[in-house]
Parts: sequence; C-alpha cells; structure tokens
Amino acid sequence: MADPMRIRAQSKDGVAKVRVLMSHEMESGQRKDSSGKLIPAWHIMEVTAKLNDKPVFSAEWGPAVSKNPFLQFDVKGAKPGDKLTIEWVDNKGEKRTDTATVS
Amino acid sequence: MKKQLIPIAAALACLAAPALAQKSASQSIDEYRAMLQDGNPAELFEMKGEELWKQARGPKKGTLAKSCDLGKGAGVVKGAFVELPRYFEDTKRVQDLESRLLTCMSTVQGFDEKSIANTPFGKGEKANVVAMATWIASQSKGMQFNLPQSHAQERLFYAVGKQLFFQRGGPHDFACATCHGEQGKRIRLQDLPDLRGNPGDGVGFAAWPAYRVSNGQMWSMQHRLNDCYRQQRFPEPNYGSDATIALGVYMGVNAKGAASAVPAITR
Repeated sequence: MADPMRIRAQSKDGVAKVRVLMSHEMESGQRKDSSGKLIPAWHIMEVTAKLNDKPVFSAEWGPAVSKNPFLQFDVKGAKPGDKLTIEWVDNKGEKRTDTATVS
Repeated sequence: MKKQLIPIAAALACLAAPALAQKSASQSIDEYRAMLQDGNPAELFEMKGEELWKQARGPKKGTLAKSCDLGKGAGVVKGAFVELPRYFEDTKRVQDLESRLLTCMSTVQGFDEKSIANTPFGKGEKANVVAMATWIASQSKGMQFNLPQSHAQERLFYAVGKQLFFQRGGPHDFACATCHGEQGKRIRLQDLPDLRGNPGDGVGFAAWPAYRVSNGQMWSMQHRLNDCYRQQRFPEPNYGSDATIALGVYMGVNAKGAASAVPAITR
C-alpha cells in the first residue's frame, strides 16, 4: 500500500473543514528523463470521501495536479466524532484509503 | 497656462504612482509561502520519519527511539534539534543531526554508515535519514536555538565554521559570505539571510529541513549545504563531513535565540 495520507477535519457550526495531504508522485506523463525517454504517467485518477460511510465528495484528477496533492473541502452536517474516509485510486490501479475522526 | 499645467500634472502623476504601486516582490513571496504552509508536504516526511524512528530496523533489528542519544538522553527527541550540532562523548566528535543519525543507525541498527552517506539524496536509506531528521526537527518547532559551546571542540568547530564561511575559493572565488555576508541581498526572488549574525526567527539555519515546492523534494541541512557548494562550483562536500558540521555550528550558534520554523516550506 502507498504512503499514508494526512487528514485533518475540524467541525465548526455544523460544517467540517477537511484538509487532506496525499503522498503521490503525480507524474504527468509528459516529462522526459535524462536519456530523453518519456517518464510514464502515474497519477491519481479518482478521489472519494465518505462521511460515516455515506459518499460526500468525489473528484476526477488528471495530469495537471501536482506532486503530493493537497485537497481542501467543506462538508455540511459533520459533527465531532464522525468518521471521515478518503480513498484515492491511481492510473496503475493502486489505491490508498485512510480514515480520520472529525474533531 | 495649458503649457504649465501639463508638466505639473506629469509631476503629480509621478508622485501618485509610488503610492499606488503594487506590493513588493518580497511581500508577494511571503503571501505565496503562507498559502503553501497549510498542507506542507513536509508533514508526509514527518509521518514517515516518526515511523522509522520507532520501528525495529536494520541487521540488528534495533530501535532508535529506545537507544539513540541525540544529546538529551537515549531516545529523547523534544528539544534535541535546537541544541545540534554538539559534542558527543561516545564518538568524541562534534556532530549534527544527520551525522548523529548515521552513528545511531550503525551502532544500534547495524547499517553501514559509509554506504548510506554515499547514497544519493532522496534514495534508499539516505531518504530515511532525511525523513527522520524532518520529524525530529519538527519536535522542536517553535523552540529557540541554544547550541552548547561548553566543550572545547564545540568552540573549535565554531571558529573553523567561521573561517570556512568567509573562505573564498572555487572557479568563481565565492565564499558563503559572498551571498550570505551582507544585509538585504537577494538572488532572483530569494531574499538571502545574513548568516554572520542572527537572521531572525524561522530564517536561515532555523528554516532547514524544508520542503522545496519547485522540485517537490524534502531538503535537510546537509542537502542545503551540498547545494550551496554546488552553486559556488566547489567540489561536493562529503555527507556529514567536519566542514559541513562546522558551518552548522557557526550558523547555529549565531542563531541563538531564534525560533525554529522547521519543517519549513520554500519555493
């Protein structure tokens, strides 16, 4: 499994601000190595977030997203103690899922 | 009358323009850095470093968290970063954080110091050293630098570091002081801290290890010094060499009282 994500979720007035830092090389597929060969594309394609097992967020990413992506979004109706699960899938089919508790 | 008005109007326009001028390059860069702080990828390296510190690893399956002394006792991490480099009785050497990690990885875990030192930055065990250095440094975030100068060797290293700082050489006849020996200097869009004294909180010695956004790499102090020498067109210093440690002592002692911002984020 890939390196863990860092997830922070703070709830205030019924809205949780979620910040996720993902560890991923995010190769666009357009860079060349020192010998001139194209470095193959390797990046996250899909990100989904669930609040207590209910899907609340999804994103489709492509080569434009930079290395070690940082994602921030708000979730309405999140209370302290709720379980927030983030999952990403990349173009090689590798996945990573991490969970955090809303504080 | 019209002829008189135009030059006056032009003069007034010139006076008004600076007041409406855009913010300086420095201010814009500071704002950009502040935006990057949230979600600093250095945190990913911190997480990795903490894991490595607490894991039983290497041929001896040793755990650094139990046995590695960074100057404040075996396994003690809090406050260690702001007192390094310092003299260690067991190795009879003044050591910085990274060379001390190499010592511990060798004695406690059975790794080969030399081969880790020769591994390129960002690869293999070298990357692990940097990750651990990042986490250990983060445990002293906000604390003030207070390097010891009680041992004769520590004072010697300060003097050597000072000499090296001002020593000009290489094909461009550069010294560290060429860029870092004056107030208010800048390279392209980077403000260069004056390292002859205390450049302030979170600047210079107090800003490395840092995550460099431009190349997506986590740079330790050893990496920063290595690149400084590369930019001066000097030969590459050995990883954890006495010369680099001496420079660390010079900068670290000068930075006494400055608050550590590590791990920081840079362009």
